[in-house]
Amino acid sequence: MIQLIVLLPLIAAAIAGLGNKALGKLPAKIITTGALFISCALSWPIFISFLTGNAEPYVAPVFTWIQSGSFDAQWALRVDTLTAVMLVVVTSVSSLVHLYSWGYMEEDQDQPRFFAYLSLFTFAMLMLVTANNLLQMFFGWEGVGLASYLLIGFWFRKPSANAAAIKAFVVNRVGDLGFMMGIFGTYLVFNTISIPEILEAAPAMAGSTIGFLGYRFDTMTVLCLLLFVGAMGKSAQLGLHTWLPDAMEGPTPVSALIHAATMVTAGVFMVCRLSPMFETSQTALGFVTFIGAATCLFAATVGTVQNDIKRVIAYSTCSQLGYMFFAAGVGAYGAAMFHLFTHAFFKALLFLGAGSVIHAMHHEQDMRYYGALRKEIPITFWTMTLGTLAITGVGLPLAGIGFAGFYSKDGILEAAYASGGAGVGAFYVGVFAALLTSFYSWRLVFLTFFGKPRWAASEHIQHALHDHGHHEHPADEGAGRDAHHDTPATGTGGYRPHESPWAMLLPLVALALGAVFAGFAFHDQFIGSEGGVAFWKNSLFFDSHLMHAAHEVPTWVKFSPFAVMLAGLLIAWLSYIRHTDWPRRFVGQFGVLYQFLLNKWYFDELYDLVFVKPAFAIGRFFWKFGDIGFIDRFGPNGFAALVVQGNKITRRLQSGYLYTYALVMLIGLAAAATWAMTR
Amino acid sequence: MDGFPILSLMMAVPMAGAIACLFVGARQARWIALLATLADFVLGILLWINFDQSGSAPQWQFQEYLPIFGRFAWALGIDGIALMLIALTVFLMPICIGASWQAIEKRVGEYMAAFLFMEVLMIGVFAAQDLFLFYIMFEAGLIPMYLIIGIWGGADRIYASYKFFLYTLLGSVLMLIAMMWMVHEAGTTQIPVLMAYNFDPHIQIWLWLAFFASFAVKMPMWPVHTWLPDAHVQAPTAGSVILAGVLLKMGGYGFIRFSLPMFPEASAELAPLIWGLSMVAVVYTSLVALVQSDMKKLIAYSSVAHMAIVTLGLFAFNRAGLEGAMMVMLGHGLVSGALFLCVGVIYDRLHTREIARYGGLAINMPKYAVLFLLFAMAAVGLPGTSNFVGEFLSLMGVYQVSTWAALVGTTGIILGAAYMLYLYRRICYGEQKNADAAAMPDLSMREMWLLAPIAAVVLWMGVYPESFLAPMRPAIHALEARLASAAPAGDSKIEMGAAIPAGDGAAHETAAHGEAH
Repeated sequence: MIQLIVLLPLIAAAIAGLGNKALGKLPAKIITTGALFISCALSWPIFISFLTGNAEPYVAPVFTWIQSGSFDAQWALRVDTLTAVMLVVVTSVSSLVHLYSWGYMEEDQDQPRFFAYLSLFTFAMLMLVTANNLLQMFFGWEGVGLASYLLIGFWFRKPSANAAAIKAFVVNRVGDLGFMMGIFGTYLVFNTISIPEILEAAPAMAGSTIGFLGYRFDTMTVLCLLLFVGAMGKSAQLGLHTWLPDAMEGPTPVSALIHAATMVTAGVFMVCRLSPMFETSQTALGFVTFIGAATCLFAATVGTVQNDIKRVIAYSTCSQLGYMFFAAGVGAYGAAMFHLFTHAFFKALLFLGAGSVIHAMHHEQDMRYYGALRKEIPITFWTMTLGTLAITGVGLPLAGIGFAGFYSKDGILEAAYASGGAGVGAFYVGVFAALLTSFYSWRLVFLTFFGKPRWAASEHIQHALHDHGHHEHPADEGAGRDAHHDTPATGTGGYRPHESPWAMLLPLVALALGAVFAGFAFHDQFIGSEGGVAFWKNSLFFDSHLMHAAHEVPTWVKFSPFAVMLAGLLIAWLSYIRHTDWPRRFVGQFGVLYQFLLNKWYFDELYDLVFVKPAFAIGRFFWKFGDIGFIDRFGPNGFAALVVQGNKITRRLQSGYLYTYALVMLIGLAAAATWAMTR
Repeated sequence: MDGFPILSLMMAVPMAGAIACLFVGARQARWIALLATLADFVLGILLWINFDQSGSAPQWQFQEYLPIFGRFAWALGIDGIALMLIALTVFLMPICIGASWQAIEKRVGEYMAAFLFMEVLMIGVFAAQDLFLFYIMFEAGLIPMYLIIGIWGGADRIYASYKFFLYTLLGSVLMLIAMMWMVHEAGTTQIPVLMAYNFDPHIQIWLWLAFFASFAVKMPMWPVHTWLPDAHVQAPTAGSVILAGVLLKMGGYGFIRFSLPMFPEASAELAPLIWGLSMVAVVYTSLVALVQSDMKKLIAYSSVAHMAIVTLGLFAFNRAGLEGAMMVMLGHGLVSGALFLCVGVIYDRLHTREIARYGGLAINMPKYAVLFLLFAMAAVGLPGTSNFVGEFLSLMGVYQVSTWAALVGTTGIILGAAYMLYLYRRICYGEQKNADAAAMPDLSMREMWLLAPIAAVVLWMGVYPESFLAPMRPAIHALEARLASAAPAGDSKIEMGAAIPAGDGAAHETAAHGEAH
């Protein structure tokens, strides 16, 4: 069964991809989407069987991959609780995104290719989460990277999309350098890359030291940090995050599937999968906590000032991943996975909702040109509001009832506080980031759905109206069907947004159900101090004491996320509904800070200056001065000048070099043979 | 197949074809060349099928011995390493002939003869068991290559062949002198015997350096690599394919057949030199590849970077490194050959290698774009393709002896992604900039037949490399055993913490467990 779940998307991708135009749009869509829904339908029973405690972990072998001495990498599919959680996340979101794309990509000429990429991605992601050894995990890791590259650059005529695709791949490769080095080191230390064997042997290596780059370090710290660099790349953590916002160049369903719900959480999954290993190094865990908290804060600050609706959600994703990492860093792996689980639903929902808004607004992504859309696209509005309630963690702290994010995010914060030490610091950072989360999430909702329409100034809207008004173009992107030029331009510019087709709304509704109920339904299994032990069954390191302590934290700790959530909502309401001049006055007052945040702390500029430009400059230098100016000049060209003046030699050699060469060789051979015979 | 001289036959078939090609017209020459190379390919498959891969099999199989004069003999025989390289050769040859089908219009008979003669010599290099027979094949193999570049090459072919000639000559003279000394010392010209002969470690250094001079040029290693970009740029497409696909592998084959087993102590002593040069090469040539505006030059520089991974793996002195190096050689032979074919496809249409002249080819050449993407991704070392297996094993191997070398070598995966994707973007993505590039037709049936088989093997090698690793395993195992006493200790020495004395036992247990596989 697991084989079927994993391989169906691959088969579908191959059929749709190779068939492409010959196959046609509709068959390609039916095959890929059908395969995904079957995979999804097969995955849920596995998850439920683990949920009820009726299933045992197992490994389904496929065949040998790479064998070299004691190095043994098998293709095999591992199924345990952790995998089962990821299986439902990946297949559910993926199948819904496939369905959504029927509507969203309706007008695209290249649909078979799009759906093939989506299915290929799903296959790679499933290989990643079912990996039983580090190398297969790396296969999935790179496979999702490839799919991400292809999908970000799906509209390959756009230079910005191509640049973003390359950036995503190359920055991820920096992380992969760490991952590969981590695998090398792990194999050196444990003489195996099988994950269960490593985890079993890891505690014994605690406290040992190893040579690395000429220095001596704690063995487990080196290994964990190297592997974590890989996780930082894939999960866009501070320092290696720069690719994620740019990745929004891809079609919106891609952002929802890959850059929100699944691929970017692979790093969190990896840390949880290897949690017994990370538990052997407090230094590594401290680093994970620090990076997680720093990313959580950094991304949230940047998210508050972005104008592009997708970028706000992208930074939000980055920030939420930070939460997951510091949860892992303080030892609350169950909480990290729980947030991963709930986040997949509400973040995919927010992205798909944003896609629905963009669809309605004729590809306009700038929120400054939105406003007053709640009546025009009510279903999108209501589902996105549910998503926002979930991400901001709305719930009643003492009653313990709330939306999905309420359970998972509060669980993380409480566990961080309860863990003491660095965790308390992370708790404060997390609470502050929760304030920002609430602010930017409601800001998005208010700017998009409330206030007055500001559509008239949008070039995209103008374009839609213009196109429609002047020539009756049947293949025009479908927007603005009811637009009339004679409508007075009272901010709407005469444009009438329209609600998206059912193929797009259905996934929104399904995900909204997840955003509402996923926390309530599963919190005991994921983070309950007793339920968790029974549920996770050692598929990750579950600290029952910590989770118990997390439930016993002081009341103010439990109330603080609730309080900052309300505060964020209030500030957003004041700024964007009550006093709409506040943002402008804030920018006037704190221009420098605003520019700093708007420009994403200038990471891109810094990297461009430190890495990209020098790489090209040094490359040019090596080529012009190294190869041509030095090696050739003093090598072959210098030799020529030495023997015969100028470049006459080349002319002379042209006629004679072959014979000279053959002659030298023959004389040599003759001499050799003589020597050999007569000695 | 006992006693049947299949290796000689594999050399005789293209030899006969080469002679025949000289005396017939262009059309017949093409068909003769194609049939001869296909026949050799079939023989190659038979060779592989009949090769005994079991652990108990003799290391050298299909041996032939015919004394000519003195100690000089027609001695052939292969182990798994040679088998794989011969398989690569006979697989690429029909593709080369196919690639030249329309591109070569002048002196077709001679051209085909040169190619067939080169096939003879390449098989000879890998199959030779006599030191001087190897030398002849090794050096003579360059003559047809000179001709191919010099007669059918581009505008600047003279300078390119001059550089090629100069580098190679210096190396080969030193190697020949070393060979004569070795024969004098050991009293035999038989390579298998020499591989087990223990030369005095002090003299080994000099012998090693003499061989190194030749193999480093052939690899090519930095800083004697500058002939390669020029040779590739000037060579016709098929010439580039065979140059990158097989001729570059002769250097690696030389290291694995001569330097390592014959001079293990010297190899260990001078390994840091190889690591250093390889580390420089990976970073240096990758950065140079990044700024190239000529497609062939870019791929040529990337070849130097990939070959540096081979030398890193070879001088890791362990199983993973050696097997990895062989897999990189095979994978790179296929992938770089395919990339040169991809360049050739569009060169044939537009007659320029200038990257900036193309753009948006994914629009009018979708099939081409897909195949090119696959090969670009393979060159980048994506898991599931041939190159990943080799690069991963090589770097893992070298990690065990030097973490620095592994770290710098692994940066190649970042830089490789940068220059390959940047190339791909400029050629296949973006808007169509030039009307003539936009009007180019997609792959013809002939071109599909050239690229599709390579694509299939690239994926096969990536997903189930066992088919290729298994035949080489006994030979690599023997080599590893030969190197074991000389192999340098790594820099990762693990010291168990004082706090947990039980740890040591556990580590040994896992080690034992790993070995049991």
